[in-house]
Amino acid sequence: MIDKLKGLAFPALVLWILILTINSFLGFEMAPPVLWATGAVILFAFAVYVFKMKIFSYIFFRFIEAFLTLFAVATFTFLLLRVLPGGPFDQEKTLPPEVMENIAKKYNLDAPIYEQYYDYIAGVFTLDFGESYKYIGRPITEMLAESMPASIELGIYSLILAFLIGIPAGVWAASRHNKFTDRLLMFFSISGVALPVFVVSPVLILIFCYKFELLPAAMWSGTAYYILPVLALGTRPAATIARLTRASVLEVIASDYIRTAKAKGLSETAVLFKHVLKNSLIPVLTYAGPLVAGLLSGSFIIEQIHAIPGLAKHFVASVTNRDYPLIMGVTLLYSAILITSNLLVDILYSYFDPRIKLS
Amino acid sequence: MSNSLNQPSRSLWQDSIYRLKKNKSAMVSLYFIIFLCIVAIFAKFIAPYSYETQNMDAILQGPSGKFWLGTDSLGRDQLSRLIYGARMSMAVAVFTAVISLIIGSIYGAISGWFGGIVDRIMMRIVDLLFSIPTLVLMILVKVIFDSLDLFENPELKALTSILMALSLASWVTLARVVRGQVLQAKEMLYVEAAQSIGAKPMYILWKHIIPNIMGPVIILLTLQVPSNILFESFLSFLGLGLQPPFSSWGVLSNEGWALMKSYPHLIIAPSVAMALTLFAFSFLGDGLRDAFDPKMRGRM
Repeated sequence: MIDKLKGLAFPALVLWILILTINSFLGFEMAPPVLWATGAVILFAFAVYVFKMKIFSYIFFRFIEAFLTLFAVATFTFLLLRVLPGGPFDQEKTLPPEVMENIAKKYNLDAPIYEQYYDYIAGVFTLDFGESYKYIGRPITEMLAESMPASIELGIYSLILAFLIGIPAGVWAASRHNKFTDRLLMFFSISGVALPVFVVSPVLILIFCYKFELLPAAMWSGTAYYILPVLALGTRPAATIARLTRASVLEVIASDYIRTAKAKGLSETAVLFKHVLKNSLIPVLTYAGPLVAGLLSGSFIIEQIHAIPGLAKHFVASVTNRDYPLIMGVTLLYSAILITSNLLVDILYSYFDPRIKLS
Repeated sequence: MSNSLNQPSRSLWQDSIYRLKKNKSAMVSLYFIIFLCIVAIFAKFIAPYSYETQNMDAILQGPSGKFWLGTDSLGRDQLSRLIYGARMSMAVAVFTAVISLIIGSIYGAISGWFGGIVDRIMMRIVDLLFSIPTLVLMILVKVIFDSLDLFENPELKALTSILMALSLASWVTLARVVRGQVLQAKEMLYVEAAQSIGAKPMYILWKHIIPNIMGPVIILLTLQVPSNILFESFLSFLGLGLQPPFSSWGVLSNEGWALMKSYPHLIIAPSVAMALTLFAFSFLGDGLRDAFDPKMRGRM
């Protein structure tokens, strides 16, 4: 029973993500019943998996650990910002002391540090990160919530593109090991790794926007707008995934159980999907954890070049503006995404390779 | 077969260098990098103009006999700025790699060698640094160093703050790798042998462990240099790294990108230079890995 469910859950997950992506990418509602059904299958399979594998306590402890890590990150960033030379309200022209006093009072900066710290941590528990110093009166939570959708969309599309191109390319190259196709694909992938985003992106714009006038160069308001940024952001991870997949497929193909599988007369496709792919995806997964966090929190360069209203601008502007609450907010958000994706990757590890015990 | 048996035996290093020499793409890359270093070091003698000389009567010109790669919006010679940019980019990348190597290997070696509670605490700190976004960390460090006023010379000041920002953000990876290597090497029989004849821990660390883990560390360093070049240009591109009139490839890309629609030649030159350099370092890194550690061939 559990094996059947495990077999079903992964395709269901892929289907679910694909439908969601297609819906939001092309901007229409498609097959909501299918979406509900696959979602239910995934949830049920996950619950059964957790129950059968007895990883309840594991997940529980991982949550506690994640919580402690976030707490440590919050503390560290808080202290780091307080020991920084210079204050957030220092300006070229010195303000009168009464004004400075009022500002300090408004943002509770005149209180002793431990009190400020206590207030901040207490706020974080209720998802209240305070008010921005720079955009006066705007709550950080609201600012982050406003710019998250664009970044997350961009990140997820790029991630899917990276996996859709990277894994097949890697498998293909491995199957043509040391032949022309392999060399060509690996040349492309090394170029993908070596070329910086701000070289790829302008070249794409030069070709598709200025030369052929096919696609819009900037903004984020529809399918046509998504294509260029997603291509530019997805290239590098796709190239890395292709290289990782190729290397690990080559290693797996050489192992005994593949020879056995072939010897007992399994078809090429069955060997590929049942044995090769499942075993060679482990190194790719390792890379996926940090990748997800990196992509979801936005690419600074891409968002700047294409004028996408995403999170990335806060990462840069908060520090240069010394907007302390915003710095803390983006840092905690990034850490939370990173920790969550690492947890998911660890669970997927044991799904792909039951020899890896979660404990 | 008998021929190969009669050959004089080669040491591990000779063997590796032999393998490296047989790898054509790695050797071409090595020559290119050496060429680049020479250009960077002797930029003053090679560049036809200075990086800040402005020719107001010749702004935004395309490539010509006088200005081989054209001029920018202030009439500065693009080729000279590219050459000086190579100097800045390479200096930042190489020094950052060295600084992060020193910090990272000391930290990683101590953590891996002592193990136990020391290792746990030290690795928790590394994990903490990992969960803070790199860009935020780099900009924070840069803000601190910018406000310190360590040097009078503006060029030196700009260079130190970006060096510090990049190294403090990148030593963490090296520390992790070195720790892993030390943990592995610690279990080796030669370490046990050294311990049994009464060698002191520091002596073993210095004489046995460090030489044995140099291979992977050198490879990682070759891969670290291009990623430093990238990060420096990221920062400069965002306007947070070096500022004009100083020239680095990131600064040039930033300037070129602003005028891309009308004057594409300004973005092409730095892009090509950067792409070639990053290519060369990737090929050299791959070649070194294959040469030092044939078992690792093909892995990342």
